[in-house]
This record gives sequence, C-alpha cells and structure tokens, in this order.
Amino acid sequence: MARFLSVTLGGLSGGFVYAAVALSLVLIWRATRVLNFAQGAMAMFTAYLAYRVIEHGASYWVALVVALVAGLVMGAVVERVLVRPVENGPPLNAVVVTLGVFIIVEGLAGMFFGGTPHRYPTHFSNVNYTFGDVSALAPFDIWVIVAVAVVAVLLGALFRYTDVGLRMRAAAFEGEVARMLGVRVGRMLTLGWALAAVIGALAAVLVSPNVPLSPTSMDAVFVFGFTGAVIGGLDSPVGALIGGVGIGLLLNYVAAYAGGDLQTLAALAVLVLVLMVKPNGLFSTTVSRRV
Amino acid sequence: MPESAGGLTLEVKDLVTAYGAIKALNGVSLTVPAGSITAVLGANGAGKSSLLRSLSGLVKPRSGSVQLDGKEIAGRAPEDVVQLGMSHVPEGRGVIAELTVDDNLRLGGLWRKDKADRTRALEEAYALFPPLDQRRKRLAMTLSGGERQMLAIGRALVARPRVLLLDEPSLGLAPRITAQIMGLVRRLCDETGLTVLLVEQNARSALSVADHGIVLNLGSVVASDKPAKLRADDNLRHAYLGF
Repeated sequence: MARFLSVTLGGLSGGFVYAAVALSLVLIWRATRVLNFAQGAMAMFTAYLAYRVIEHGASYWVALVVALVAGLVMGAVVERVLVRPVENGPPLNAVVVTLGVFIIVEGLAGMFFGGTPHRYPTHFSNVNYTFGDVSALAPFDIWVIVAVAVVAVLLGALFRYTDVGLRMRAAAFEGEVARMLGVRVGRMLTLGWALAAVIGALAAVLVSPNVPLSPTSMDAVFVFGFTGAVIGGLDSPVGALIGGVGIGLLLNYVAAYAGGDLQTLAALAVLVLVLMVKPNGLFSTTVSRRV
Repeated sequence: MPESAGGLTLEVKDLVTAYGAIKALNGVSLTVPAGSITAVLGANGAGKSSLLRSLSGLVKPRSGSVQLDGKEIAGRAPEDVVQLGMSHVPEGRGVIAELTVDDNLRLGGLWRKDKADRTRALEEAYALFPPLDQRRKRLAMTLSGGERQMLAIGRALVARPRVLLLDEPSLGLAPRITAQIMGLVRRLCDETGLTVLLVEQNARSALSVADHGIVLNLGSVVASDKPAKLRADDNLRHAYLGF
C-alpha cells in the first residue's frame, strides 16, 4: 500500500505537466479546429531561451517570465503568419503547416543551442518528503502541481467570467455568428494560440529539470500530453486536465509495476481503447465531427 | 431613436453578388425608409438570404452600393457593419447553442463602450421577452424554436441597431408564435423607430406587418409596392408568393 501511494503521488507532477500540454492543445483545437503538432517544439524553444537567460545570471523567476512571454509572442506569430492562411482550407493543410513548424523549430533549436542536453535548473528541492513508509512529492513536484493548477483556474476564470473570454468562446463555437455580433474573431483566434503557447512554455520549463532540454526533448512530453487530450476529449478543457493527469499516473504505474519499457506502449493501448469505446473522448460534450 | 427619423436609412443600388460564376443578386436596388418594415419576398433561391448576407458583410458584393444613413458600407466586414448600426439575425437564428441565454444576449452588446447602457439594453431585452428572463442561466440548446428566435432578435437589439435585418424569423415556428414575433417587430418599429428589412418565405404573414413589399426572383427585383397592392396582384401571388 505504501508503495502504491508513493507511485501514485510520484506520477502526479508528470501528470500535471502532461495536463498543461493537453490543455494547450485543447485551447487551439477549440478555437481553430487545428491540432498543433508544433506545440511541444515551440515550448522547447521558449525553455531554451529561458535557459540562456539563466546562464547569463538571471533568476529562475525572470527566466520563467521570459519563457512565458516568448511563448505568447511565438504563438501569436505562428497563428497570424503561418496558420491563418490555411485555417479555412482542408484540415490536412493545417496539419502539414504545423508539422512544418515542428521541423523548422527543432532545426533552429539545434542550430542555435546545439544538440547536447542541458538540465534546466530548479528553484526548489528535488528531495522527496517522507510520511512513514511513503516517500514522494518533492517541493519541486508541489511547485509543478500548484503552477499548473493555478494556470488552469485562471484560464477557466478568464473564459467564464470575462468579456474577452466570452468573445473567445463565441469565436470558437460559431465564428460567423460571432462576427455578426461585432466580435473580431481573427484577434480571438490569435489570442487563443498565444495563450496556448504560454501554457506550453510553462510545461516545458516545468518538465525540463526532469527531462533534460534538447531540441527533441519535448517530443515525448507532447505525445503524452496529446494522448491525455484525446482521452479527455479534444473539446473539453476539464477533460484535458483529467486526461493529462491520468496519463501521468498510468505511466508511473506501468514503470513501477511492469517496467519502464512498456510506458509508451501502455499509453498507446489506452489511447486506442478510448478511441474505440468513446471516439469523442471521455469528457467531450459536442457532437461528433468528421476530421 | 434613429438619427434620421423620417429620412432614408438604408439605400441599396445595383447590388451584384455572385458565388463563383453563379449570380445570386443581379443588380438589386431598394430603399428602406427609417422606422418602417420592408418585406423581401420570393421563392427559395430568389436571392433573399444573399441580399441580407451582402448587406451585413458576410458576403462581399461584386459591385453596387449600400448606404446606411448616407454612409457607404458595401464590402465592409460584418463586425464593422454591426458597429455602424445594422444588425443581422441570420436564418436558422444563429444562437450559440453551447452558451447560456445570458451569455448569448450579452454577446450582442460586448463591442459597445457604454457599459451602463449595455446593461440597460440587456434588461430591456429580458423585459421584452419574459421567457428568456426565466431561463437566463440555461444553455441556448435547451430552448424551443420560438425562444431561440426571441433570443436571436433580443441579442441583435442589445446592440441598439438602427436597422435590423431579419432572415426568415417564421422558419419552423408554429403560426401562433410567428404572429407573436411579427407583432413584436411591428411594435418595435412603431415604438422605437427601428427600421426593419424582413426576409420571408411566408409572404402572407410578412405582408401583414410590412409597410412595403419587394419581390425578388432569380436575383432581381420583380415587384416593389404597398402590401395591399402586392396582395391584390393575382399573377404575382401565384407566380412568386405562393398564396
């Protein structure tokens, strides 16, 4: 039982990182019906910028702000310049564009920062707390969980309680109707991508102490976050959070009880299972659409 | 109150709209005087919805002019047109099903800077449509057809438009509800000076409230007259109005 508790708690911080990635994908999907395959790569790039800032002597917090701002700008620019022209075309065009961005961003990261993995510093201790036989949740893990939870709550409040949130929801659900009501839909889509990239940047900064930063370091994180988003339902922010945390727990259980080699396979198995039983994901409320 | 009460509100000249090679509007001209209801009638595919979509900016016209109180607005984006004082209630109503009644209504006025008047307009809409007032927090998808139509009209009114473009408000509604909605539109015109361009398949009920009627066929105006005259013209009735 103590082991089970340790393993469960140990999977939480990873799960919250996947939840953040899943949330960022859902934001973009809801706004533009585009799956951003470059989400992990863009996040990796912002974490590199933050890493550079730390190398030049800045604090963890300054670097975090740099990463978030870089994400904001990057998300907006990618949407405005690259995705906007294909937004109303066949879905495959957008897929090709985001895959292109993925390849380019990883290539640029290799050119600017090199291929050697860097361990991103932490501001918090990585030593687990112990309660009796249970040993888990270092202060750093708590920071990861709190940071993602706070961002999720803020985002929920933005959508639910603010005018700009209402505009964003309207633009996402019914773009044409929203325009007729005076909503500048294009701006809302840009804002959606920008916010998503901010959350991606946060995820990259949070995961990079454990997954050393390299041009491809966010690939696996993206895949698990994506799996979480699909399990939860690409339309549902709450589903994304639950799906992401669920994947984190699952990966840790598999690693602890079946062996680390099986992690990816287990994630794939769950993904296929959910898609077979409930193709819209577990928490999606919208009617099925052909993609 | 409209600024140009009594004057011309909406003036359309030689409007041409095409989807690819297919012309939907073939040089349409019409004038809608302030504070009146003009009904646009005609069969399916006559160009009625295309006319409204061209006016509100959802479709860019190929050529021609649209003047709102003397200001040229042809080709402006829909989000600009609504801010210039012309609101479009689309066919099928266009309520956002995933949002609550209150969110839908509030959305109509969000672009306006005057927050106090926004709230006032919202409460006026609730007063106008009591069924909506009782369902503020319900999702729009739970509403009946008539309530959705009320929501769509109320949402357009929250923007305090001078001109309202109404596309097939009777679509799918019971005759009693249709009569209620038409009566309400008439009242809004008389009491607030609202100008309405009313597109209808249901010619009989549209003509019962309109001040003027226009009949479209294949993208052209084939008749434009007082409702009584249109009703009296047997050929017109049989050929285009279906009653």
